[in-house]
Amino acid sequence: MSRTILVVAEHRGGALRQVTYESLHAATLSSTENDQLHVAVIGHSLDNLTESLSSINAEKIYLIDHPDLQQYNPEAYLTAVIQVIDASNPDGIILGHTAIGRDLAPMISAKIDAGQISDVTNIENIDEQVVYTRPIYAGKAFEKKVFQSTPWVVTIRPNNIAGADSSGDKAEMEHIEYAKPASLRTVIKDVVQNTSGKVDLSEAKIVVSGGRGVKSADGFKPLQELADVLGGAVGASRGACDADYCDYSLQIGQTGKVVTPEIYIACGISGAIQHVAGMSQSKIIVAINKDPEAPIFKIADYGIVGDLFEVVPLLTEEFKKVLG
Amino acid sequence: MDIYVILKQTFDTEEKIIVEDGTISEDGVQYVINPYDEYAVEEAIQKREELGGNVYVIAVGPERTSEALRTALAMGADEAVLISDERIGSDENTISKVLAAYFEGQKVDFILGGYFSVDNGAGQVAIRLAQLLDIPHVGSITKLDISNDKALADRDAEGDLEQVEVTLPAVFNAQQGLNEPRYPSLPGIMKAKRKPLQQLTLDDLDIEESELIPKTARKDLFLPPQKEAGQILKGETAEQVKELVEKLQHDAKVL
Repeated sequence: MSRTILVVAEHRGGALRQVTYESLHAATLSSTENDQLHVAVIGHSLDNLTESLSSINAEKIYLIDHPDLQQYNPEAYLTAVIQVIDASNPDGIILGHTAIGRDLAPMISAKIDAGQISDVTNIENIDEQVVYTRPIYAGKAFEKKVFQSTPWVVTIRPNNIAGADSSGDKAEMEHIEYAKPASLRTVIKDVVQNTSGKVDLSEAKIVVSGGRGVKSADGFKPLQELADVLGGAVGASRGACDADYCDYSLQIGQTGKVVTPEIYIACGISGAIQHVAGMSQSKIIVAINKDPEAPIFKIADYGIVGDLFEVVPLLTEEFKKVLG
Repeated sequence: MDIYVILKQTFDTEEKIIVEDGTISEDGVQYVINPYDEYAVEEAIQKREELGGNVYVIAVGPERTSEALRTALAMGADEAVLISDERIGSDENTISKVLAAYFEGQKVDFILGGYFSVDNGAGQVAIRLAQLLDIPHVGSITKLDISNDKALADRDAEGDLEQVEVTLPAVFNAQQGLNEPRYPSLPGIMKAKRKPLQQLTLDDLDIEESELIPKTARKDLFLPPQKEAGQILKGETAEQVKELVEKLQHDAKVL
């Protein structure tokens, strides 16, 4: 029997976000041969997305385009997603575990009385059963979970599941008119874009992170310069955040964000358990620390024992040279 | 104002995780109020100090959770309720329905919870609860202002900041940076011993058995492979830096 899996797409600046390609792949991994793949695209001025959407490998794309959906508003987006769900009638729904997905998914789950597995990092098919792996205790341990009922909802962690290739035939597009609610209890008054970090920390391929050893807010400048040269993002340990050297939004650890970049460069970070939980799954870990006994060296692939204020600027210069 | 906090007790974040017989060992583990819920407790107390009223702290969990509730009472909450029942399990759908059953019939101005719990980390229960109660929520807040029947909250959205206005009652999920949680004072700890801590089971709530059937199940639990210590580079700093860049260029595709 053929089932339907619905991916709720995310887009930014006229392009689909990488996590949406990963969600599409997650949908394939969650399905059997005859399953139908549907996509929900919600927002405003969606014409910009036509090109990205035309290459998606899916049976059907539902679009809801309305000025009220320009910004994420939980109630408005839920209304729109439920409209798509009514049309698509999916067995499973997949979203990114992002600022939008982690807010919207539990609303959908409660609304349609679905089980939900959040923050999935791997999907396998074991004995005809789809098994979802997810970190617990911020990655100190992992659990494998299955659904015991339908419908179900999954959110996937960015950067962990490979993106689907975009070689599909043209999917059928269906526009749905937004059933604007008479009134909303939630109003988005203002959105202040974060201008400091250009690359989103949780999606960054390279993270340059600072701890107490950075010593001050100014101490983060050389780290930002290195991150800029590498096209990466700046993160921080709890110690640096608690000492007010940087904003809590940069915190990596069991409290804060969990990141899994290709390269993680820890500068002046000792390596407390609570921080390591948030970064130990990075592919390559580099540690720069004055203290040769710092626990961070135990999990680092490469370590430099030295003063970060000397090492980091040299590293920036060297990367500038070799990367042109 | 009737201000509610939903709270979970978790392992201290400095605890190592040990798996024994397919479950996580609780031997000798230090427990704390889930750090994000601690911000929620603090915010609730500050709002009561500003607006008047009562702070009620509600938890679903095993008996030991009463310690976390006592800590919240010692911080300044007025009353606590522990819903403890072996039939509840750990599925987020079930827990949110148990909480919804508790809140049915309570007069609520707003409910605070944590952004997520540092153990399970699913971040579902508070948002599901808001839906089940048919009230709005604001996730991941770093600022909250209440005036009359409205609230203005700052929501942290991956570093961007959204100013969100909702009508009360509503649910708010506390993000880091919302406040600095206070430590319980000695008089606070003494007072907490006399504050009401009510214990409920499912028999006290109006909930169907069918709502308790978990929709998800755990098949396996494992620890990530231990990362092995790599190489400490040697030589002059400039040489080390050069060597590091070469190694990274060789190892990492992104460069």
